[in-house]
Amino acid sequence: MRYDLAVIGAGPAGMAAAGAAARGGLRVALIDGAPRLGGQFHRQPPPGAGPPSQDFLRLRDRLTRADLHLGRRVWAVEPGFSVHHDGGTLTAERLLIATGAHDRVLPFPGWDLPGVLTAGGAQALLKGNLVVAGRRIVVAGTGPFLLPVATGLAAAGARVAGVFEASHRLGALARHPARAVQGAGYGLRLARHRVPYHRGQAVVAAHGDDALTGVTVADIDRDWRVLGTREIACDTLAVGYGFTPQLDLAVQLGCATTRDPDGTPVVAVDAGQRTSVPGVYAAGETTGVGGAELAELEGLAAACAVLGTPLPERLARRRDRAREFARLLHEVFPVRDGWRTWLRDDTLVCRCEEVPYRDIEDARDLGATDARSIKLLARPGMGWCQGRMCGYAVARLAGEDPPPPRRPIAQPITLQDLAAHPRRSPDVP
Amino acid sequence: MPDVVVIGAGVVGAACALYAARAGLGVTVVDQGTVAGGTTGAGEGNVLVSDKEPGPELDLALLSSGLWAGLAADVGGFEHEPKGGLVVAETPEAMTALTGLAAKQESSGVRAAGVEPQDYEPHITSGLAGAVYYPQDAQVQPMLAAARLLRASGAQVRTGVRVTGLTRSGDRITGVRTDEGDLRAGAVVNAAGTWAGDVAALAGIRLPVLPRRGFILVTEPLPEPLIRHKVYTAAYVTNVASEDEGLETSAVVEGTPAGTVLIGASRERVGYDRTVSYPVLARLAAQAVALFPALAGRQVIRAYCGFRPYCPDHLPVIGPDPRAPGLFHATGHEGAGIGLAPATGLLISRLLTGAAPPLDLFPFRPERFA
Repeated sequence: MRYDLAVIGAGPAGMAAAGAAARGGLRVALIDGAPRLGGQFHRQPPPGAGPPSQDFLRLRDRLTRADLHLGRRVWAVEPGFSVHHDGGTLTAERLLIATGAHDRVLPFPGWDLPGVLTAGGAQALLKGNLVVAGRRIVVAGTGPFLLPVATGLAAAGARVAGVFEASHRLGALARHPARAVQGAGYGLRLARHRVPYHRGQAVVAAHGDDALTGVTVADIDRDWRVLGTREIACDTLAVGYGFTPQLDLAVQLGCATTRDPDGTPVVAVDAGQRTSVPGVYAAGETTGVGGAELAELEGLAAACAVLGTPLPERLARRRDRAREFARLLHEVFPVRDGWRTWLRDDTLVCRCEEVPYRDIEDARDLGATDARSIKLLARPGMGWCQGRMCGYAVARLAGEDPPPPRRPIAQPITLQDLAAHPRRSPDVP
Repeated sequence: MPDVVVIGAGVVGAACALYAARAGLGVTVVDQGTVAGGTTGAGEGNVLVSDKEPGPELDLALLSSGLWAGLAADVGGFEHEPKGGLVVAETPEAMTALTGLAAKQESSGVRAAGVEPQDYEPHITSGLAGAVYYPQDAQVQPMLAAARLLRASGAQVRTGVRVTGLTRSGDRITGVRTDEGDLRAGAVVNAAGTWAGDVAALAGIRLPVLPRRGFILVTEPLPEPLIRHKVYTAAYVTNVASEDEGLETSAVVEGTPAGTVLIGASRERVGYDRTVSYPVLARLAAQAVALFPALAGRQVIRAYCGFRPYCPDHLPVIGPDPRAPGLFHATGHEGAGIGLAPATGLLISRLLTGAAPPLDLFPFRPERFA
C-alpha cells in the first residue's frame, strides 16, 4: 500500500504531524528506529516502570489512525518516495523528515573514559530505564538542556556536584519572561538539591585510570581559553554542547540546507515546512534546534501544509515566538573555538577510529586543508558513528563550519539486507 | 620560477612531483581541490598486476609494483600491504580462461600459481572452480601515500588554486594561468585525472578522458581479519576492459588494516552524476555475500563513489604532447591510477630531463586519438 504521507521520526514533531495528518483523512505511516514512540524528548520508560507524561499521552492519543512502524531504522530514502528500512521498504506520496538531533560533543583529555556520558545520553538513561547514571555527577557544557539533565539526575537521587555552563552571558534570556520563569523553576530545583550552578566555567579534562574519578574545571574567558583550574571528584560526567540536527535523509534527497546562527547546517524550509524538494517536508530539530515545543508546532504546521489547511493563527504565533527564542538561545549559548586549546597531543578526537589530536595536526601539516581531506588522511569520522560524534570538532579544527553530512547509508545495514534491496529503483514520477 | 608545474595533487601528480624533484627539478603542484581530494580519495588503493592482459599496461604495472615497494620503504608513512591477490573462477569455463590468462601473464614476468581457494581464504564460498594466486598484487592507502609523496618531493603545493588557462610563447607552453595569477615554468604536467581533458582543452587540444563511476561499500570494522588477500572474481578482468556503456559489477573484496572490508566494484558511464544508485549497492552486497557467506550478517556503514578517468582504448596517456610543446600528460589510468602512479611519475621525470625512459611510451602517446 502506498501512503499519502510517511513521517520519519516519532519525536514531538513527527508525532504531532502524523496525528494531525491522519485525523485529516490521510493514510499516514509513522516510522522510528526506536521500539517505542516519543523520540528523545518524550522517551518513555519501559511498560510498567512508570507513568508516561501528559504531553506524551496527548500526542500519542491523536495517533490512532496512523500506521506505526516502530523499531525500523531508515537507512535510505529515494525519490518517489521510497523509504528503505531494515525491515523492507514502504512508499508514500509525501515525506516528512523529523529525525531530530543528536548530542554535540567536544573532545577534551579523558573524555573517552568510562563514566563520561553525553548530556543526552545521561538523560536517555534516566528517562528510558530509570537508571541514575552515577552516584556523584558533574554536569557540564553549554545550553539550557543542562538544567533538566541536572535537576532530573538530582531528583532521582544522584548527588550533582555542580553544573558548569561555559557561556557567560545569560542575561539576554531575561527578555523572555515566560522562559525566565521556566529557568527560575529549574533554579529553584537546583537550589532544593543544593546543586551549584556556575557560568563561564567548563570541564576541560577528565581523570581516572580505568574509570572516571574526577574532572578539571576551568574558569574560561569569552573565547573559552583556560584562565585557572581546580579539581572536582566525581564518578560520572554528563557533558553536552548543544545538538547537531540529523540531516542524512534530507541530504540524500537533495534538500537545500542553510545554517543556524551558530553555523550548524539545517534543512531550509518555508512557513509550511516545505523543503526545496517538492513533496518533502521537514520539521523539528532538522530545521534548527529549538526544543520540543517548537518541534511539535512545526509538525502541526507541516501537517496543515500537507492537508492544504491553514495553520491556526494562534499556533502560528506560538511557533514564531518559539523560533525567535530558539534563535536567541543560539546567540546566548554559542560554542567558542577556545576548546581547541584544551586538547593534548594524545587526546582522541575520533573515538571510533581512535584518532588522536596529533594525527589531525599531522594531516593538516601534510596539506589537508578541510574536514574532508583531514578525514581522508587521518580517518576521523570513518568508523561506526560516521562522524556524528567528531564531525563538529574536526570541522572546527579545520577552521570551517561543519558541512551538511553526506551519508548514502544513513544507518548501518547488514550486507544480506542490503542485498535484498529491490534491484530496480522505483519509478520516479 | 619552478622547472615544472604539475596540475593535480592526486597520487599521479604526487608521483610526478616526487620523481621530478629527485631528478633535480624544482616543482610546484597546483590543485583546484585538496591533496588527494579527487579520484585518489575515492578508490580502494589497488596495486595490481593480476587484472591486466600482457601488453604495455602490464609492463607499466610491473614497473610500478616494484617502485611502490621501494617508496613504502624510503618515503614511508603510509600503509603498503604486499598481501597478494586471489582471483577466483566460479565455473570450469572461467577457470580455463583464467589459467590461460595467467600463463600469458607469466611469460611477461608476472608470478602466478593455480591454488585451492580455501587454502588461501578459509571463509570463501565452497564450490568455486578454482583460483589463481598473484603474490605481486598489493594495496596502499592512497590518500596518505599521495600526501607523503608530495611531502617527500619538497614541491611547493598550492591547493584550492584553479587553472584557468595555459600561457604560451608561440606554440610552446610556458606555464599556467590560475585564479591566483600566472605561474611560469619550463614544463607543465597535466595530472588532473578525470579533469585532464578540460586542462588539455585550455591548450586547444582534444584529450578524450572521461569519468567512469564506481561505488564502494565499507563494512563495520571486523574484530579479526576475515579476508586475507585482495579477492575478486575473474569477471572483473573482462569488465575492466569492457566497452559497455551500461552498468557492470563484479565482486572485489578485501580487508584493510583498519578492520573494515571494502567491497567493489561497479563501473558506469554516467558523467559526474553523484546520485547514489541503491540497486548498484545491492548488487555489490549480493556479490560479496556470494563470495564470502560469512559477510552476510556484517553491517555496511558507508558507501562512496568516485570517478575513474578512462580513455576509449583503456590505456593511460603518458608523455609529451607534440601539439603543445612543453605540455606533458599523465592521466587516463582509469581504476588503476594508484597502482600505476609511481611508474608514470618516473617516466614523466625521465622525459622532463631528456633521459631515456625504461619503457616504450608509444602506446601511451597523447596524440593517438587524433
